[in-house]
Amino acid sequence: MKSLGIAGLLCRLRQAFLKLLRWVLLRMARNGILSSSSDGSRVAQCDGCRRWKGRLMLLCILGGVLASIWLFSGFRECQSWVRKEKVRDLWEERAQVLLEQFNLSKDQLQALGWLLSSSERVPSACIETSVSVRGREICGGLSSVLKAICSEGNQSGGEQDWVRNNAVLQGHCPVQDKCIQLKPIDASPQNKYMPDTIQQDIRSSSMKKDLMHVKECENMSQAGKSVNSLKKYQEQVWEIPLGILWWILLGMFVFFKGFSIGRLWKSSNQQTHQTKHLPPPNSKSGGKWRKKILLLGVLLGILVSIWIFLSMKADIIARRKETIANMCDERARMLQDQFNVSMNHVHALAILVSTFHHMKNPSAIDQKTFAEYTARTAFERPLTSGVAYALKVLHSQREQFEQQHGWKIKKMETEDHSPVQDDYNSEMLDPSPVQDEYAPVIFSQETVSHIVSVDMMSGKEDRDNILRARSTGKGVLTSPFNLLKSNHLGVVLTFAVYNSDFPIATPEERIEATIGYLGASFDVPSLVEKLLQQLASKQTIVVNVYDTTNSSAPIRMYGPEATNSSYLHISNVDFGDPMRKHEMHCRFKHEPSLPWAAITTSLGVAVIVLLVSHIFYAALNRIEKVEDDYHKMRELKVRAEAADVAKSQFLATVSHEIRTPMNGVLGMLQMLMDTELDATQQDFAMTAQASGKALITLINEVLDQAKIESGRLELEAVPFDVRDVLDNVLSLFSDKAQVKGIELAVYVSDQVPDVLVGDPGRLRQIITNLVGNSVKFTEEGHIYISVHLVEEMKRSFNINNRVSNETSEVPKNSADTSYNTLSGFQVIDRWKSLENFRMFKSSTEDSNAVNLLVTVEDTGVGIPEDAQRRIFTPFMQADSSTSRKYGGTGIGLSISKCLVDLMRGEIGFVSRSGIGSTFSFTATFTAGRKNTGDIKRCHSDPQVSDFQGMRALIIDGRSIRAEVTKYHLQRLGVQADIAINPETALTAILEACSPSGTRKLDMVLVDKEAWGEGSGLAFPCLLVDVRQSGTIKPHQSNPKMFLLATSLGPSEVDDSKSVGYTDSIRKPLRLSMMAACFRKALGIGSTRQQVKGQPVALRTLLRGRQILVVDDNAVNRKVAAGALKKFGAIVTCADCGKDAIAMLQPPHKFDACFMDVQMPEMDGFEATRQIRCIESKINERIKTGDATAEMYGHVAHWHIPVLAMTADVIQATHEECLRCGMDDYVSKPFEEEKLYSAVAHFFESDMADSGL
Amino acid sequence: MALLALKEQLNVLLNSMFAEGLLDQQFQQLQMLQDGSSPGFVAEVITLFCEDSERILTELSKLLEQQVVDYQKVDAYVHQLKGSSASVGAQNVKLACAQFRQFYEENNKEGCIRALNVVKHEFYRVRNKFDNMFQLEQRIQAYDAKQQN
Repeated sequence: MKSLGIAGLLCRLRQAFLKLLRWVLLRMARNGILSSSSDGSRVAQCDGCRRWKGRLMLLCILGGVLASIWLFSGFRECQSWVRKEKVRDLWEERAQVLLEQFNLSKDQLQALGWLLSSSERVPSACIETSVSVRGREICGGLSSVLKAICSEGNQSGGEQDWVRNNAVLQGHCPVQDKCIQLKPIDASPQNKYMPDTIQQDIRSSSMKKDLMHVKECENMSQAGKSVNSLKKYQEQVWEIPLGILWWILLGMFVFFKGFSIGRLWKSSNQQTHQTKHLPPPNSKSGGKWRKKILLLGVLLGILVSIWIFLSMKADIIARRKETIANMCDERARMLQDQFNVSMNHVHALAILVSTFHHMKNPSAIDQKTFAEYTARTAFERPLTSGVAYALKVLHSQREQFEQQHGWKIKKMETEDHSPVQDDYNSEMLDPSPVQDEYAPVIFSQETVSHIVSVDMMSGKEDRDNILRARSTGKGVLTSPFNLLKSNHLGVVLTFAVYNSDFPIATPEERIEATIGYLGASFDVPSLVEKLLQQLASKQTIVVNVYDTTNSSAPIRMYGPEATNSSYLHISNVDFGDPMRKHEMHCRFKHEPSLPWAAITTSLGVAVIVLLVSHIFYAALNRIEKVEDDYHKMRELKVRAEAADVAKSQFLATVSHEIRTPMNGVLGMLQMLMDTELDATQQDFAMTAQASGKALITLINEVLDQAKIESGRLELEAVPFDVRDVLDNVLSLFSDKAQVKGIELAVYVSDQVPDVLVGDPGRLRQIITNLVGNSVKFTEEGHIYISVHLVEEMKRSFNINNRVSNETSEVPKNSADTSYNTLSGFQVIDRWKSLENFRMFKSSTEDSNAVNLLVTVEDTGVGIPEDAQRRIFTPFMQADSSTSRKYGGTGIGLSISKCLVDLMRGEIGFVSRSGIGSTFSFTATFTAGRKNTGDIKRCHSDPQVSDFQGMRALIIDGRSIRAEVTKYHLQRLGVQADIAINPETALTAILEACSPSGTRKLDMVLVDKEAWGEGSGLAFPCLLVDVRQSGTIKPHQSNPKMFLLATSLGPSEVDDSKSVGYTDSIRKPLRLSMMAACFRKALGIGSTRQQVKGQPVALRTLLRGRQILVVDDNAVNRKVAAGALKKFGAIVTCADCGKDAIAMLQPPHKFDACFMDVQMPEMDGFEATRQIRCIESKINERIKTGDATAEMYGHVAHWHIPVLAMTADVIQATHEECLRCGMDDYVSKPFEEEKLYSAVAHFFESDMADSGL
Repeated sequence: MALLALKEQLNVLLNSMFAEGLLDQQFQQLQMLQDGSSPGFVAEVITLFCEDSERILTELSKLLEQQVVDYQKVDAYVHQLKGSSASVGAQNVKLACAQFRQFYEENNKEGCIRALNVVKHEFYRVRNKFDNMFQLEQRIQAYDAKQQN
């Protein structure tokens, strides 16, 4: 009971756990839905959080799996427990049956004992013998039964009872044995043959019983075995779905893992091939494929659950069938046994009658004895409602018989033998009609006393029965019929009583030997009822007993009408009459209850499958969505990139297109301004031109930006002079600087090579941008551009770092409150902007590389801290007010940055609001050879050799400014000394002036503000003072005095002249300007300077020139030729590149060539390339002396200017032209101004040479 | 008086041509190139242009009639036509050529044929005007000669 309680508790616990599991799964599923339906904002949740969640989920699943395993094993335990219960029930039932049987036998024994005691008065060895034999037999039978049961050796609480019973029995048996031993001899002579038959009978019957017991035992053991096998089968049945479940789980795990790995692989794949655009249908088909697999999985899962349900149900049904078969068989057997027992008793009664009635003379039995005996032994035949004995009377004996008994043989009115109504009176029956023989009842039990004297042969049923019984010698049964009194169905058992005690072989002999008949009526319903009441679970099954002798129309003997058609089991019942067949039908009273175990298990599996598949589905959906998003994003990215490129291209194109007409506008404005305009008109025109120029600048910048962004900007690599470039830049800003009064100065370290190879245009652009900004934002002070080598700076940087970390501020001049800078204003320490430069940290190995460091220092407004970060972003200015105040677009710096990047350099700056900014950048060039001759000069090269060997004195209070001046002088080849204060200056001048002085001074340059405002201007006064004091002889040649000034009013110029200055030079200092000034002052090469800058009419430039025009288009050729002819040129035409090359084979007479770019067969670029190739070969030969210049028309260096003609501005960019060796390009159709500007460049120098 | 009328007529014609966009300033440049030293320069150039263009247009028509169009050749011809028309200042023809270029860059044959028709149309228009112009000029010259005589 205890174990039962525990098991029940466990079962309940498991159910609760199952519920919990369901809830957890539901939660998980809902989570899946939630997460799948959640929008992008939730995607952004932290990764770690999700990972944690994932782990929790994994744990949950693991727990669930373990729990389900436990659950299933528990379920199995439950099942086995239930089975055990059932088995125990079965055993108990069997035990009860055995007990019953035993009790029955005991009763029989007791009955016999009683008979023995009752017949003590009529002592008879026979009886004793027979009884003893019988008792012994029973005893033996029982013991054998016991043995059988004991040998089973099984549990069952009843065992001890049995053993005890056994003991009792054995105690009983010896007594009987003694009885037998007491009178064996007396009995033997008298009962010579009778006992044998009886014994035989008894033995056979007991043997039968024995056998039956054994059989039963066997059955039981078989049942046990079958139970065992059932158990095994059930275990197997359980193991299969469990295994399948495991496989499913494993499969899911593998699927999931593989899936995730696949995804990982895929994603990594995608990462590696990011640029490769994966076609989206691929992933979609993948998604479909996955979904199909999922669907398949779901179907499989559902099928599995259905299969589990079906198999479990089948199992339950099979078990049910087996149960009912067992129960039915058992019942049938018991019924049979009981019936047989009763039959044996009737048989015994028959023998009793034969023994005591027929063999005794006079008969020991009369009606009274019979009635009493039968009444008292009725308990032995619990199923018989009554017994009666009829005598065989032949017709010849009827008279005698009737007389002997004193009554007439009566005819049976009805065919029943059952006790009838009270008023039933046998006297009223008719006497039997005349027949061959009669079977009048002579003895009867009290219950059926009314049939005494009734002729049994007169009833049809009874007659058949009697005839059959006497011919077979065995008990025969009638077909069932209604017993009158109880209104129950009954059968009548008839035994024939023979007068011979030897075995009778043939039926004829048997009929002859028949002397009487013993009949007993059996009440079948009550028999079965009784039987069933003894057994357990009689409520659960319905039992029907049928007489199936006539198989087509079975007669129902017991049980309710067969109503339901549920499964029924049929067991044959043998009542000992071979003629009659009986069957027992068993079925369950109730329809089988729904197989809850199967339903819950299969539903559970289905639910789990569905939930898991839902989770998978949600995951798949999510993956698909993410993939879709990913593809969308990528597409958008590609489109955005394409749009960006398109934008850049558009800008580039449009800029070009705008630039062309804008040039026209500007040109026209220029022309307009050349005409006679009044002041207002002039002002308008100038404003318009300034605006136009600004616009052009902007457009150029935008174009550059666009070009850089679209990656189309390429740097050229041409030899150039960086000093020239800087002079050029200065010339651009000199006007502005002068107007503003800002000092603008350039210093290039002498370590910087003269010729560098790189892109001078772009370098100039960067510097222009920076200086432009500085000029824009500087109101007073200076802008100082310095160029150094990075290596040079690195050295001093290290020194500077080491020496003056604390004195990083530029030391103040103690004399005045200004700083030691160009203009005396405070500046930002430029070192700070260099600190982060890569070039300063690592050294470059390339020996040919020249790393320039350009610094632009100003004393402007500075850049606010907050704007410093976005200063290099396009279209970003320090703040929006900047553009209002200073104009500009803010694109310059970003372009500069890009360009610096292209030059493999870095750009940086340091700035403080109110003090100024310092921009620095590095750029890498390669050192060029000085004598290449192809140096692209921005200005015509002044003859520096004019000033070679001269000496100069620079008088300036500020060393930096003095250094700048010295640098420029050095470029001119002038040796310069610096005098910082007036005293040293004076002594130096005086020393130079002294005749003994070895150090002759050619010129003295004095800064206007050498020691403060106007001090420079006053310096010659000091000199005059000194002169007047007489130290210097006035006739001696004095050095020319030059005044250097940023701004100089007309009155000041006059002043300077009067004071003694030869000339004044306006800063910013430029080589060309200084040279011109010196020439003028010193009287050398003055003509040259005058020519320069003065516009020469195109006509004069071109007059008499031999010009070759190359164009495939006749019309174009004609027009070009016409235009050039108009300006006095002598034009020759060629219509293709090959002709041109042939014509330009040196020596030739041409001064210039105009080449169309786009020509069939050989375009202008290719033609020019070939021309240059030929030229360089010849030049080489002349140089090496292989050929003399005379061979080539006395020209030592062949280089024909080739100008490209093109209608397409975009296609024929300047760079492209230059790359092919062209000198310049003119747009088609010709415009006077452009043509002039292009041609002038080449012919000007020649003009100068020719002395014009 | 007739001379004046003729000159007036010529002026009107030229002005209309400028106004219609048939000619641009390049033609003026061309006219400026013509001076005493080269009296028939404009006429020479224009005649050259007309002959050349006519040849190119026939070539183009042939090319576009073919099953497989050689767009490279088309490109060369159109480029030439564009160049010459730009040189004489035949603005509309030039623009039509630019349009044409778009189509053959797309390899759009139908568009090319349409564009060719446009070019032809423009060309013939401008040629007619030029013819008129030359006739007027010739008559003026004839008068000049008569007067001088």
